[in-house]
Amino acid sequence: MTTSATPATAATSTRAGVAGRIGESPLRPDGTLKVTGEFAYASDLWHDQMVWGVTLRSPHPHARIVSIDLSAALAVPGVSAVLTADDVPGVNAVGLEHLDQPALATGVVRYEGEPVALVAADHPETARRAAKRIVVTYEVLPAVTDPRRALDADTPRVHDGGNLVRRMAVRRGDPSPSAPVVVALEFEVGMQDQAFLGPESGLAVPAEDGGVDLYVATQWLHVDQDQICRVLGLPPEQVRLSLAGVGGAFGGREDLSMHVHACLLALRTGKPVKMSYSREESFFGHVHRHPAWLSYEFGAERDGTLVYAKADVLLDGGAYASSTGAVVGNAGTLGLGPYRIPNVHVDARGVYTNNPPCGAMRGFGCVQAAFAYEALMDSLADAVGIDRVEIRVLNGMREGDSNITGQVIDSAAPVAELIAIVRDMPLPPDRAENPDLRDLPGGVSNTTHGEGVVRGVGYAVTYKNVGFSEGFDDHSTARVRLEITGGEPVVTVQTAAAEVGQGLITVEQQICRTELGVERVVVHPKDTTVGSGGSTSASRQTYVTGGAVKAACEAVRSSVLARAAAVLGRDDLRLEGDKIVAQDRHGSGEVLAGLAEILGTDAVEETVQWRHRPTHPIDPLTGQGDAHVQYAFSAHRAVVDVDVELGLVKVVALDTAQDVGLAINPDAVLGQIQGGSAQGMGLALMEEIVVTDGHVRNPSFTDYLIPTILDMPPMTIQVLEYADPHAPYGVRGVGEPPTISSGPAVAAAVRAATGRPLRRVPIRPEHIVGG
Amino acid sequence: MDFLAPTTWADALAAKAEHPDALPVAGGTDVMVEINFDHARPPALLDLTRLPVLREWARDGGRIRLGAGVTYARVIDELGATLPGLAMASRTVGSPQIRNRGTVGGNLGSASPAGDSHPALLAADTTVEVASVRGVRLLPIGEFFTGVKRSALAPDELIAAVLITPPSGPQQYCKIGTRNAMVIAVSAFGFALHPDRRGVGTGIGSAAPTPRRAPAAEEFLAGELEAAGLWDSRGALPDGLAREFGHRVRDAASPIDDVRGTAAYRLASLSVMARRAATWAWDAHRSAACGPSDEDPPVRMHP
Ligand SMILES: Cc1cc2nc3c(=O)[nH]c(=O)nc-3n(C[C@H](O)[C@H](O)[C@H](O)COP(=O)(O)OP(=O)(O)OC[C@H]3O[C@@H](n4cnc5c(N)ncnc54)[C@H](O)[C@@H]3O)c2cc1C
Repeated sequence: MTTSATPATAATSTRAGVAGRIGESPLRPDGTLKVTGEFAYASDLWHDQMVWGVTLRSPHPHARIVSIDLSAALAVPGVSAVLTADDVPGVNAVGLEHLDQPALATGVVRYEGEPVALVAADHPETARRAAKRIVVTYEVLPAVTDPRRALDADTPRVHDGGNLVRRMAVRRGDPSPSAPVVVALEFEVGMQDQAFLGPESGLAVPAEDGGVDLYVATQWLHVDQDQICRVLGLPPEQVRLSLAGVGGAFGGREDLSMHVHACLLALRTGKPVKMSYSREESFFGHVHRHPAWLSYEFGAERDGTLVYAKADVLLDGGAYASSTGAVVGNAGTLGLGPYRIPNVHVDARGVYTNNPPCGAMRGFGCVQAAFAYEALMDSLADAVGIDRVEIRVLNGMREGDSNITGQVIDSAAPVAELIAIVRDMPLPPDRAENPDLRDLPGGVSNTTHGEGVVRGVGYAVTYKNVGFSEGFDDHSTARVRLEITGGEPVVTVQTAAAEVGQGLITVEQQICRTELGVERVVVHPKDTTVGSGGSTSASRQTYVTGGAVKAACEAVRSSVLARAAAVLGRDDLRLEGDKIVAQDRHGSGEVLAGLAEILGTDAVEETVQWRHRPTHPIDPLTGQGDAHVQYAFSAHRAVVDVDVELGLVKVVALDTAQDVGLAINPDAVLGQIQGGSAQGMGLALMEEIVVTDGHVRNPSFTDYLIPTILDMPPMTIQVLEYADPHAPYGVRGVGEPPTISSGPAVAAAVRAATGRPLRRVPIRPEHIVGG
Repeated sequence: MDFLAPTTWADALAAKAEHPDALPVAGGTDVMVEINFDHARPPALLDLTRLPVLREWARDGGRIRLGAGVTYARVIDELGATLPGLAMASRTVGSPQIRNRGTVGGNLGSASPAGDSHPALLAADTTVEVASVRGVRLLPIGEFFTGVKRSALAPDELIAAVLITPPSGPQQYCKIGTRNAMVIAVSAFGFALHPDRRGVGTGIGSAAPTPRRAPAAEEFLAGELEAAGLWDSRGALPDGLAREFGHRVRDAASPIDDVRGTAAYRLASLSVMARRAATWAWDAHRSAACGPSDEDPPVRMHP
């Protein structure tokens, strides 16, 4: 893999001094432990007195609960509690946007896998067997399983309020535009899973104050706390959360899974309760990416310049809303991609069905849309007879443009540059005369020695909002403390922002070192003893929690320098290499005092709640408004070899360019880009939860396929650093754009190789061979 | 759950006779999955890993006798040139970890229609040696598979070995999966050319309730090669003939639609794999005749 970082340099002066500042890639503290298998994930939590909790789930996508008989389960030796909705002390309702989901089903179940009852026992196997003895009598109801019919008048209602979760309209320019060149398509995107490797797990420990301490793998401790408190009927002081080791998230841990259940069992039994899902249960234990049905039309001048775009996006939200509303918001506001389009007509809808609930997943509403608009962009290029890169250069958004909601893009929008960079990267060599089987479609499965193999190249570009949008109060809190410990200055940084594997703890350390010139930075465990860090999602933590840590450091620094100024009698001071040094222009940095002399035994501590620029709700009729705080751009070029007779695909190269504003940790940036690209490629070629009549047919890694090392090619990655003047250090969110543009590029390459329209992902072999 | 751990073959057979419902466990790569998912709750496990005899392979008369407990990794390392079809099939199994544990005997024991060794064993005219305290039975592999995940093994029997005649001609194995590793076959095809008896062997995987041969396709191809004098002339395999062979292999299958693939795709892919495999094997046969015999191995992989 090659990488390069151009053209800007670090925004902050980073003179020699402590190592591991921003712009460097210090080793992550969890890295070695993870590689050697010693890292403690949530599934490794242990308490000597603990019992095990399991969940009984609905086998039906839609049914009325006629009765529940617990007696046989309670009679199993070793069982300490069996709970149903009747045992919920508070309000039996959870949900990220709408409180539409019971913690335990009451009266009716709305999807296969909905939690109905809980069992605690002294052994997990005992608990599982007892759960099987719970007799639930169901009256099966007709299930709404086709989202395209969810809003029809004769379709049953999944919830009393009807089957619409959210509709968003975006209207701009001429309401009935026309153009000399018109292209249109319909596209379908299957249901992707986050497929994180660490299944849902946690440990709830009842406390003497009648409350509970929950250790759990999650993405946002405080929003969990809020929901748990409501169900338990307890105040936040009595529901304390600590982050346990998280084995990946990708959006799948934004909603509650076992959190409330373990707390309910712990409070009932008076014992610590551990719950840990199996892989199969995990497929029912979290939301998935919305499957989508998209209908798009572009009108353009004969030279390819876009005149108008129309889009209709339907997202299947499944049985409960989760974050469907915000996903619709993204599909609506961002659903036409990073292009300049004067006349716009977009309708996006998210609906309830009795399919598995869908919600947040990396790329959040932009992934589905990008498959459609990028496929249509290729059609437009073909229709006007220009190159597929040229069409994107021609129509690509530029800084200062308004997007389709009328928001001015007020920092870099390097669409043309990014797509040109990936075009100009060297192409992989032609297939060798006598290729290694692993370089061919099918790999060592030995299905071709070159017969039927056709190469194709595809391009895609995208943009994605960073942070929470549409007026959401999106903030983070950081507490930073500087003190002398064992004669050495030590910084302690505390935030509640979840480390889910992306490397936030390292970023927090780097920021502290940079701002305070102190090498030793201790990251306090993540818990609810400090204010909310907001969600680890929307590519936002380096920006928002990074911003909070930076601001808290600045507050600590001014307080320390004020003390130093009083002692030293001068105020041209800065902190550097654990010392107070002169702030002289020539950078000689004369040492004036050690930090120990200034601080003595005092600790300087500051807590800051930090917000990015406000965003605004959009106009409900026109969809116009400054909905988002920042946009991040990326482009991919995929090169594939397709065996057109067997429909098998080998991705030969997947190269990318992305603007990250400033790479706080360059290695972590590359890791995000590689992982995100693999996940997008997975959706293009193999990843799908297959749902038939409301039933999941492949809840296992045997049949839910994610790319392996033999499927993922080496990548060439070019990172641009166009600082966003509005963001701390100029950073731009990194995690999601690669997941959005990689899949459409792969799909385009397969279309180019096969000449087939391929209007559905994942592309299956039978779609290619037409079998 | 009882755990029986015999250390001699005689003890193992005795244990199986005494506990016919004990589930043998070799590499455990199927058994442990079944137990962990609570799909099987056998009253006893019969551990076969303490029986060195099962892990041996040797030349036995004209044949290779491959102990049921030989792992895929060893088939690849030790028998790549001797049993090329089975070695090619072994390379497609799971991941390195699975190939280190999983055994050919375990594959037969599970008798899954998707088991990767089966098409290779079918094409190579394998005999399965099964044993019990009552004695030894030699079953032609075609008679071993009796239904979906069912075999001709009696409750008191264990699989001792498979007996394979070293091939007199090239072999091929092809498998369709929707990713390039760690995948259960959507469809698979094993092919063996038997120039010594002017015959052709086939094996179809994942496209019928059991692994099966395509006898009509075998006869057709062997007969056409004969009629055209190709066994003697070693002339090129006509494309039309390879194609027709592919169609006849396809016609021997009776696949279903499932979450891994459609029946139509399974049929289409079999036809393509059979055509290609026959062509590769025939081409190798031809060049083996005119060139030096240390031809390219059928699977090209850099170390
Ligand atoms: C991640 C993963 C990937 C896999 N990928 C593949 C794949 O690509 N292709 C494939 O074909 N399979 C695959 N498998 C399945 C499995 O690895 C194979 O079937 C393997 O051959 C089983 O061998 P084993 O020694 O582990 O058998 P075990 O699990 O020990 O036994 C399997 C069955 O055979 C019986 N048995 C074993 N030995 C004997 C004997 N000597 N006599 C009588 N009965 C016996 C057992 O009782 C049991 O019913 C995979 C499994 C896993 C977990």
